[in-house]
Amino acid sequence: MSRLRKLVDRFKPHFEKGGRFGIFRSTFDAFETFLFVPNKVTTKGAHIRDAHDTKRMMSMVVLALMPALLFGFYNTGLQHYRAFGVTEATALDWTGIWMCLKFGFLKILPVIVVSYGVGLAIEFVSAQLRGHEVNEGFLVTGMLIPMILPPNVPLWIVALATAFGVIFGKEIFGGTGMNIFNPALLARAFVFFSYTSYMSGDRANVAGLMRADGVDGFSGATPLTSIADGMVEGSPTLDFNGTGVWDWIVGTHPGALGETSMIAIMMGAAILLVTGVASWRIMLSVFVGGLGMGLIFNLLFMLTGSNIYMAMPAYYHLLLGGFAFGAVFMATDPVTAAQTDTGKWIYGLAIGVMAVLIRVVNPGYPEGIMLAILFMNAMAPLVDHYVVEANVRRRRRRLIAANMAAGATNIKHAGR
Amino acid sequence: MNREREPIFSAKNMRLLLGPLNRDNPVAVQILGICSVLAVTAKLRPAFVMAVSVVAVAALASLIMSALRKTIPSRIRIIVQLVVIAFLVIIVDQILKAYVYEVSKQLSVFVGLIITNCIIMGRVEAFALGNKPWPSLLDGLGNGLGYGVILIVVGFFRELLGAGELWGRQVIPDSFYEAGYMNNGLMLLPPMALIIVGVIIWIQRSFNKDVVDK
Repeated sequence: MSRLRKLVDRFKPHFEKGGRFGIFRSTFDAFETFLFVPNKVTTKGAHIRDAHDTKRMMSMVVLALMPALLFGFYNTGLQHYRAFGVTEATALDWTGIWMCLKFGFLKILPVIVVSYGVGLAIEFVSAQLRGHEVNEGFLVTGMLIPMILPPNVPLWIVALATAFGVIFGKEIFGGTGMNIFNPALLARAFVFFSYTSYMSGDRANVAGLMRADGVDGFSGATPLTSIADGMVEGSPTLDFNGTGVWDWIVGTHPGALGETSMIAIMMGAAILLVTGVASWRIMLSVFVGGLGMGLIFNLLFMLTGSNIYMAMPAYYHLLLGGFAFGAVFMATDPVTAAQTDTGKWIYGLAIGVMAVLIRVVNPGYPEGIMLAILFMNAMAPLVDHYVVEANVRRRRRRLIAANMAAGATNIKHAGR
Repeated sequence: MNREREPIFSAKNMRLLLGPLNRDNPVAVQILGICSVLAVTAKLRPAFVMAVSVVAVAALASLIMSALRKTIPSRIRIIVQLVVIAFLVIIVDQILKAYVYEVSKQLSVFVGLIITNCIIMGRVEAFALGNKPWPSLLDGLGNGLGYGVILIVVGFFRELLGAGELWGRQVIPDSFYEAGYMNNGLMLLPPMALIIVGVIIWIQRSFNKDVVDK
């Protein structure tokens, strides 16, 4: 270890300001702090330090994503082998599980590598240009992007989407912590609107089905696509492509890598809540909002009886599609969410309501959670503004009332 | 009165003509006329026709208003400007319908909306009403061109990347598509025009540091 330290020390002078490679200062710094604990000493101001820094926070989110990722590997393999009728692999024994895991891992690994490679390259270059330190901002985004894209998306599209998400979602606003939109969701929205054929339809979500036909009678439609297709054809039926509540809880239905398994997502949610990384207010209020909107639609169906999608049990909405994944991992992003406590409730409720509204009313977008979160990302500062204003007004009124009660002689001094 | 005549293409006049192309660009610097940039640039051809129309209207409106500037009472100048600009736009619209009917159909309401394009009204109000006809003509021409350049650049990238075509002809070879290349659907939607305009502003400001807001 000390040999490595010596090596780093030997190169260090060249990378300091004025050194031969002075312009690569931040790149060098990033690698040095990656290898060794930084030896910087605080010289003024507060000396108390907490271990809870960005690096730890990001690592916690990545850890929380692991159950969903691992299950995603398995499910990617499972759906693939189901589509092509390989009974040996779809059986629920060790051979089958191992085959599915292996297939999924090999299928998704390149996507993860591309997402991290492109994102980190942009991160390094922009830190270099600005003279900032390279920070950990991309760790979570780089993991989220492969988990919210269908497994068939070609690598060049992944690269393009990552670049778009990082540059237009984050860097132009000033880098990590300054972004208005969640970069990973922006990357997904980019693919969704640019290369629609890879994102929707009944082949997109099963690995390998874009290139070759599966066995007869197999449909790779996600439960939501299945319903949306029925709506487009004018005869909506509650057809979930042969899957039921139990499948959605375990996660053995077609879908993007991370979104299918409720169990895995809830494990992640537990990690995020116990470590205090994510806000429970947002998480809870997104679910409450979705459930509430589902119930309103149930009521509407009883009154009008027009669209059978509205009659779907409200809690199905929480189990289907990316709703849970979005609520747990995307809506709670502390940078893009509302900051005030009341604001968090409003923000979360609006996301839940809008996600279900988009799903049920617009069959063109079978999945509404992405658009709902992006929309509320844009609205979050506005929500915060009004919450703060309301608080200021309330306290001013209280002050005036207190002064009047005390019989204050000079009311002019009260308030403003 | 022995005033020296200013040369027709003096440095000052050239600045009126060329300034809007770069430092005073109506779209990239003054952020005017954004809606039509989003609406008509999905293809290069309508974008070009729109650019030409706006150049013609801007130049002629500035010229006419400058010539009339001493006879118009200032209380009714806005309504007179509107009449003049509307008159020019209707003529442009008729010409488009007669000679490039297809494009005219694509541009639909946006030709009529040139009347409300703030660039034209703004230049008439801010420049033509206080200057002689010749500089006013150059100013209108310059601002129309500044707007048109942005329109054409945005239209170029949107049609190339969104449809793989330029001026309605396929330019990205079939072999690309066979290798897995796909047209970018987002390019054909208005939000991408906004992002392209943003990128143009970004590039332009990295060259002209003094335009950057402090």
